[in-house]
Amino acid sequence: MKVTVERASLLKALGHVHRVVERRSTIPILSNVLVRAESEGLGLKATDLDIEVTETIRADVTQPGATTVPAHVIYDIVRKLPDGAQVSLEATGEAGQMVLRSGRSKFTLQTLPESDFPDLAAGEMSVSFAVKPADLRKLVEKTQFAISTEETRYYLNGIYFHTIESEGETVLRAVATDGHRLARAQMPAPEGATGMPGVIVPRKAVAEILKLVEEGGELIRVELSPAKIRVTFDSVVLTSKLIDGTFPDYQRVIPSGNDKSLIVDREQFAKAVDRVSTISSERGRAVKLAIADGRVTLSVNNPDSGSATEEVEVEYEASPLDIGFNARYLLDITSQLDGDTALFKLADPGSPTLIQDKEGAPALYVLMPMRV
Amino acid sequence: MPAAAALCRDCLHLAPAAPGARPRCRACGSPRLVAHPELTALAIAHVDCDAFFATIEKRDDPSLADKPVIVGGGRRGVVSTCCYVARTYGVRSAMPMFKALDACPDAVVIRPDIARYAAVGRQVRAMMRDLTPLVEPLSIDEAFLDLSGTERLHGAPPAVTLARFAARVERELGITVSVGLAPNKFLAKIASDLDKPRGFAVIGAAEAAAFLDGKPVGILPGIGAVAQRRLAQAGFATVGRIARADPARLVAVAGRDGLRLKALAEGRDARRVEPERETKSVSAETTFQRDIAVRGELEPILWRLCEKVAARMAADGHATRSVVLKLKTADFKLRTRTVSGLPPTQLATRLYEAGRRLLAEECDGTAFRLIGIGAGDLCDPALADRGDLADPDAPREKSRADAIAALRKRYGQGVVQRGIVLREGK
Repeated sequence: MKVTVERASLLKALGHVHRVVERRSTIPILSNVLVRAESEGLGLKATDLDIEVTETIRADVTQPGATTVPAHVIYDIVRKLPDGAQVSLEATGEAGQMVLRSGRSKFTLQTLPESDFPDLAAGEMSVSFAVKPADLRKLVEKTQFAISTEETRYYLNGIYFHTIESEGETVLRAVATDGHRLARAQMPAPEGATGMPGVIVPRKAVAEILKLVEEGGELIRVELSPAKIRVTFDSVVLTSKLIDGTFPDYQRVIPSGNDKSLIVDREQFAKAVDRVSTISSERGRAVKLAIADGRVTLSVNNPDSGSATEEVEVEYEASPLDIGFNARYLLDITSQLDGDTALFKLADPGSPTLIQDKEGAPALYVLMPMRV
Repeated sequence: MPAAAALCRDCLHLAPAAPGARPRCRACGSPRLVAHPELTALAIAHVDCDAFFATIEKRDDPSLADKPVIVGGGRRGVVSTCCYVARTYGVRSAMPMFKALDACPDAVVIRPDIARYAAVGRQVRAMMRDLTPLVEPLSIDEAFLDLSGTERLHGAPPAVTLARFAARVERELGITVSVGLAPNKFLAKIASDLDKPRGFAVIGAAEAAAFLDGKPVGILPGIGAVAQRRLAQAGFATVGRIARADPARLVAVAGRDGLRLKALAEGRDARRVEPERETKSVSAETTFQRDIAVRGELEPILWRLCEKVAARMAADGHATRSVVLKLKTADFKLRTRTVSGLPPTQLATRLYEAGRRLLAEECDGTAFRLIGIGAGDLCDPALADRGDLADPDAPREKSRADAIAALRKRYGQGVVQRGIVLREGK
């Protein structure tokens, strides 16, 4: 194999693929990136057996061939090469080495045979649709924070994507929950998505997809099979296994009868929550909301360090109510909302609360109260 | 050396020990004397009922008196207890039943009636509590007792109190016990085994080291076959070797455990007799009539065990965060699989869900002879089954379980059953 490539495009491509490589893998080949020179250019591929990312870049191929080299090492080398440099890669048959040259630098890397590199055989994809990067980004961003890390309920370790009829239109919906909070976002279903199977995309794939959509670009193609998802961004293709499990019936826990409406100035409210929670550095400390006519009194009590209260003016006309929430969760949710105001729909201090931008907004959040 | 005291276990006469090879009680002439220099000073005892289950069976059916009796689970399963007649044939507890019957084909095999034995066990324990509040039960039929400071109360040293207790158990319950008296739990436990059945043995602090010297290290608590082999390879085959070893070297071989082993080997044991031992887990298991490899047949059995464990957790006020599945293969290999970090639960359905998932991974055609399910990492039931956004059914499941429990309490166990039990025996 012999190929010459621009440093900038190689760095960008390695940047995409090397992230899926686990720093400490017990299987040596998984630490490597597959480098394949062929007529279309230079192909790169990395996997952790759950996710696979491939990218093909323009390159000057003198002699086709393929090998694998340590992913983080080659990434670091290319990162440190000077801007505008040309990089040549040359693997010489049996020797088990690849030589990387650029300007006056020369690196010799140990290789492992290409034939050992695992293939995350994607197989037949039954569903295929295109979506704008900005739309997919919104779905992911608004729900990602609620993904659970709890291992026993593995089916919560991802975002649940599915299509559903909602107010006369078919929507593509993303839902994540860790049991304490639930996030739901949706967009009109793209053509071809209707009737897709409900899939749970694991947390790591979600994070990679988010990084790739943040780069913008043209339409993204999403393909699904019962066990895998493939997302194609221009020249980058990410394939991931799906979580094999049943997502809980989330619709039942979205409260529909909460009749006490509280409207807050989103930013002012978030800042006040952030301020009063300073008194307790401990995660999971409750902030108490004493809600009465036109006013919420936020308070945090920490027996070790003191207490804090702050009053916020709000719109509220129902009977007074005291309710507690995890301050962190409250901030997570208010930072995901878009509007100037946020609408809380409450029932009682023991029941889940619904939080939205406004009545009927596509994104909604459900938060379990804490005892205070 | 102080003059040894001799206690007659029949008439409780306590006198300075008389010289002679076979002394008898000077008051009643009985040969059942215990003599020891530290006899009146020692206060920690281990009391163990002799062949407990078998003895009860013999007591309740005198025709069995001189027959070899084995209590255990049918042709399959293992010997849980065998009487001393059966032991002369080489039968031992924990021996697979088929082997026991090979050794002693004429044995009378009796299925254990644990409820009946437990009732007798409670009677024995009540009598122990008459002696001291410091009773630490180890199982249904054995316990540690700390009789320190009871001399005034009972008007006699602990040795006499214990002999009186042993006589009372025999007289009132018709079973026999063996007593080990020593300065600590470790030695007391060894002592109770020395003179079985109907025994009374004493190991004093002064002779402990000499007594332990040539014993295999397996005698030390916590040293099983594997550890014993490892220690032997390092040159520690006997307790005496450990007692004389350099502590640093012991720590190198046995790790943190090394220093504990050294203390025990020297006859020192600082563990106190703890009257209430905290429950760490709740479990149930069963051995099958015949080996089972099919998941569909194992599941109903697992379900019944889950119900049992859940009922016991509810009765004792526990909930759990981890489930342990235990399987024994047809060739006696033990497999345990654990799932931890579960949301706290007290429900049979939740135990079953977790157990069933673990079971699914083990059902690869292997035939099993035993299945068990355990609940570990116990916690406050107030935290259990509260449900959350990802688990909205938990509170309903809990009230359903409560309703079923109430029905069963009123109308009997069989009044409500899950459909899965109908699969049993198919």
